[in-house]
Amino acid sequence: MPLRLERQENISTLRLAAAPLVALVVTLIVGAVMFVALGHDPVRAFTIYFIEPLGDPWTLQELVVKACPLLLIGIGLAFCYRANRWNIGAEGQYVAGAVLGSWLALATHGTEAGPWVLPAMLLLGAIGGALWGLIPAFLRVRFGSSEILTSLMLVYVAQYGLDYLVRGPWKDPQGFNFPQSVTFDDVALMPLLFGEGRLHGGVILALVTVVVATFVLGRTLIGFSIELGGSAPRAAAFAGFDEKRVTYGVFAVSGALAGLAGIVEVAGPIGQLQPTISPGYGFTAIIAAMLGRLHPVGILVSSLVLALTYIGGEAAQISMRLPFDVTRVFQGTLLIAILAADVLVRYRIRRVEGASHA
Amino acid sequence: MAADGETASPVAVLEAVALTKRFGALVANDHVSLSIRAGETHALLGENGAGKSTLVKMLCGLLQPDSGELLYDGAPILFPDPASARAKGIGVVFQHFALFDAMTVVENVALGLPGHEPLATLAGRIDDCVSRYGLAVEPFRRVGDLSVGERQRVEIVRCLLGDPRVLILDEPTSVLTPDESESLFRTVDLLTGEGRAVLFISHKLDEVRRLCHRATVLRGGKFIAEVDPRQESSAGLARLMVGAEVPRPPRLIRHELGEPRLLLRHLNVAGDGSRGSALHDIDLEIRAGEIVGIAGVAGNGQTALFEALSGEKLVDDPESIVIDKMPAGGLGPTERRALRAGFVPEERLGHAAAPDMTLSDNVLLTTHGDGAIVKYDVIRHSILKSFFRRIVKGFDVRFGGKDPKARRLSGGNLQKFVIGREVLRDPVLIVVDQPTWGVDAAAAAFIRTTLREKAAEGCAVLVISQDLDELLEFADRIAVMSEGRLTTPVPVAETSREAIGLAMGGAQTNGAHHAPAGEGSHAA
Ligand SMILES: Nc1ncnc2c1ncn2[C@@H]1O[C@H](COP(=O)(O)OP(=O)(O)OP(=O)(O)O)[C@@H](O)[C@H]1O
Ligand SMILES: [Mg+2]
Repeated sequence: MPLRLERQENISTLRLAAAPLVALVVTLIVGAVMFVALGHDPVRAFTIYFIEPLGDPWTLQELVVKACPLLLIGIGLAFCYRANRWNIGAEGQYVAGAVLGSWLALATHGTEAGPWVLPAMLLLGAIGGALWGLIPAFLRVRFGSSEILTSLMLVYVAQYGLDYLVRGPWKDPQGFNFPQSVTFDDVALMPLLFGEGRLHGGVILALVTVVVATFVLGRTLIGFSIELGGSAPRAAAFAGFDEKRVTYGVFAVSGALAGLAGIVEVAGPIGQLQPTISPGYGFTAIIAAMLGRLHPVGILVSSLVLALTYIGGEAAQISMRLPFDVTRVFQGTLLIAILAADVLVRYRIRRVEGASHA
Repeated sequence: MAADGETASPVAVLEAVALTKRFGALVANDHVSLSIRAGETHALLGENGAGKSTLVKMLCGLLQPDSGELLYDGAPILFPDPASARAKGIGVVFQHFALFDAMTVVENVALGLPGHEPLATLAGRIDDCVSRYGLAVEPFRRVGDLSVGERQRVEIVRCLLGDPRVLILDEPTSVLTPDESESLFRTVDLLTGEGRAVLFISHKLDEVRRLCHRATVLRGGKFIAEVDPRQESSAGLARLMVGAEVPRPPRLIRHELGEPRLLLRHLNVAGDGSRGSALHDIDLEIRAGEIVGIAGVAGNGQTALFEALSGEKLVDDPESIVIDKMPAGGLGPTERRALRAGFVPEERLGHAAAPDMTLSDNVLLTTHGDGAIVKYDVIRHSILKSFFRRIVKGFDVRFGGKDPKARRLSGGNLQKFVIGREVLRDPVLIVVDQPTWGVDAAAAAFIRTTLREKAAEGCAVLVISQDLDELLEFADRIAVMSEGRLTTPVPVAETSREAIGLAMGGAQTNGAHHAPAGEGSHAA
């Protein structure tokens, strides 16, 4: 039966705002069905997944630590998506930033280098991510290639590059042949917020980013030109905003924030380079950005929600022996549910009668 | 032209009974009734924002009435969506078109039709329809390259392929030249002759009086009267619409001309293949205090000229465009605005304004470089809002709510807004493409008067328009654009409709032979 989407004339803001909540509910229902199918009591599963982590101070800290990269990357993606530029390669930019920043940590390893090392690493991380992000921007501007494909492909390039480094030139000589670098020196590590626990300086960076991004997107001409370019390109050109500059700009910002997230993670919770430095933060952040309505404060909330799926997933892995893939299923269902909710809010589905030619 | 009223059958094909539609606190339609009979051309009249487009949207299933009902062949019917209305033979050409720029004409038409038809056969059907109703449309051109007038023909053809019983035309002539309008009227007569009904919305009362058998007048969302327009004078119809006498535009103000504000010297723009819109060797001088009009059939390079002037397309030779003594051909739109030039494009939604942004945000489009509203890249919302309120007040922009999205404004009101946005920037040069497109008589007079006043204050004004009467009414000199070339502008008093019409056909490329007209040709 052929179906067709028709644009709705009047969309109430209430329905638009409710869309992410509806998506969450739908995801939970799908999750319940999945647990039942796997032979688990859904109530118990949900308790382990979503309730218990919230009761424990240690896991609460862990939640914030996991939300931190999602938040940084998600805000960067919001710049791209508002401009209608679909960067889905944040995972690659995250890796590129981690690699460039770690280079300095390794180069200064065992020397007397002072406290400038960490700030310089953060800067390099942002630059590495930005440069990686500018590649798809350049390809789009210069050759008109789809940034969706190129940015995604570059993820794999970055990941294999990292793999090569930690198995080859950057491998710790004393590391029993494990594919990993040396543990960073203290000057190259993120300080802990309270001297102990899990919270590190990256959390402050992420919160500052929320404030700055809210201001830039909401109050400045740059933010306005991004929005305008995404919503009405011809009007943006008429207004005098150069489409190419906006494209480069949003990819640079988004890449830089992803790269920053990468180096923060490596210099923080991980402490060294390994083949795997992310449980898919760069992809999960896409969901965080969409669920947070491309608004920094919204993304702050959605990052916490998504971090909970990570934490709950780990808990369920241990106590219910559920595979970690369940978390992926949750995240994927959530993304599809948001996108579907958005479409259903803006459009109406109707059937088209097959023939009836005039 | 107009067929006899008696030939119209008395049974209404489509009838609206006491339709009411609210948008929040605003009642856009308040118990409006209307009946359209087979074989008649029915006019729907009203000021900007009177609720005409809203009524049309309810007739075609795009909006649902809050109360009231629709009768189809005398029986109650519901149109839950546009498809069900289309299935009953209701075709609409909207005020703001819905075509995809990146696709060809035939692809766009195919999208609107049910089922899958090979493009080649569809192109054939388009050609048939084109020759039958005299609409010039080339199936394989890219829509993005078409002028507004051409796009409208595409929309009409698209409707006609659906074999409609009722064809609704929402302000079809506001973008057409007199010749194009004439051929549209012939098309409409052919259609009604075939027993179809046409609902015709227009602000041009003369053409309504010629073409239409009956007219329904709305004012402020309410049904005011149903009259026979052939029995009424234009002034009488206007009085019904406005509820008061319409003021005549004031006489031209005489004043001295000043410095050249816009100088075009051998302006050349290469066409990009598909479109015939290259510009060849355009020369033009506009001095402070004068209004120069450019007449011509849509699609002869007006869009290319506008984009070259606004800086959206840069030209090779920077010296070929001089704004206020500065070579500007290599400057972008913002830099040109910094030279105190202002531009108003033809297409309101999507070009002059971003449809999904609020009206106040739309103020920023052309004012962000002016210093006051944006400082150190920070938008100062209080100044933005007060400038916004000045536009709304000064240009009588009417809408529901405090600050709606541009998309929600009625066509004429959005036009007043984009004109006001430029005029209040206090420019020394204004370039306007179709200044009164879709604006009601009173507002059109107001816009023309405003532009005249700007000229009197020492602004140079360039008006591109397909409305010859408008140009004859308020321009000082008129040039004609044809196939990318521009004739030398001739003072209005020394030319005539006939001479201009001749030049529009491309009969001559310089204005030296314009036949002087002895009589004042002010027709409006
Ligand atoms: N979707 C909407 N939401 C809110 N208000 C709306 C919406 N559509 C129209 N309006 C308001 O309803 C009123 C009537 O608008 P409508 O478009 O029907 O006017 P119109 O008679 O077609 O005017 P014009 O001649 O300028 O095209 C206007 O005040 C307009 O701002
Ligand atoms: Mg209208």
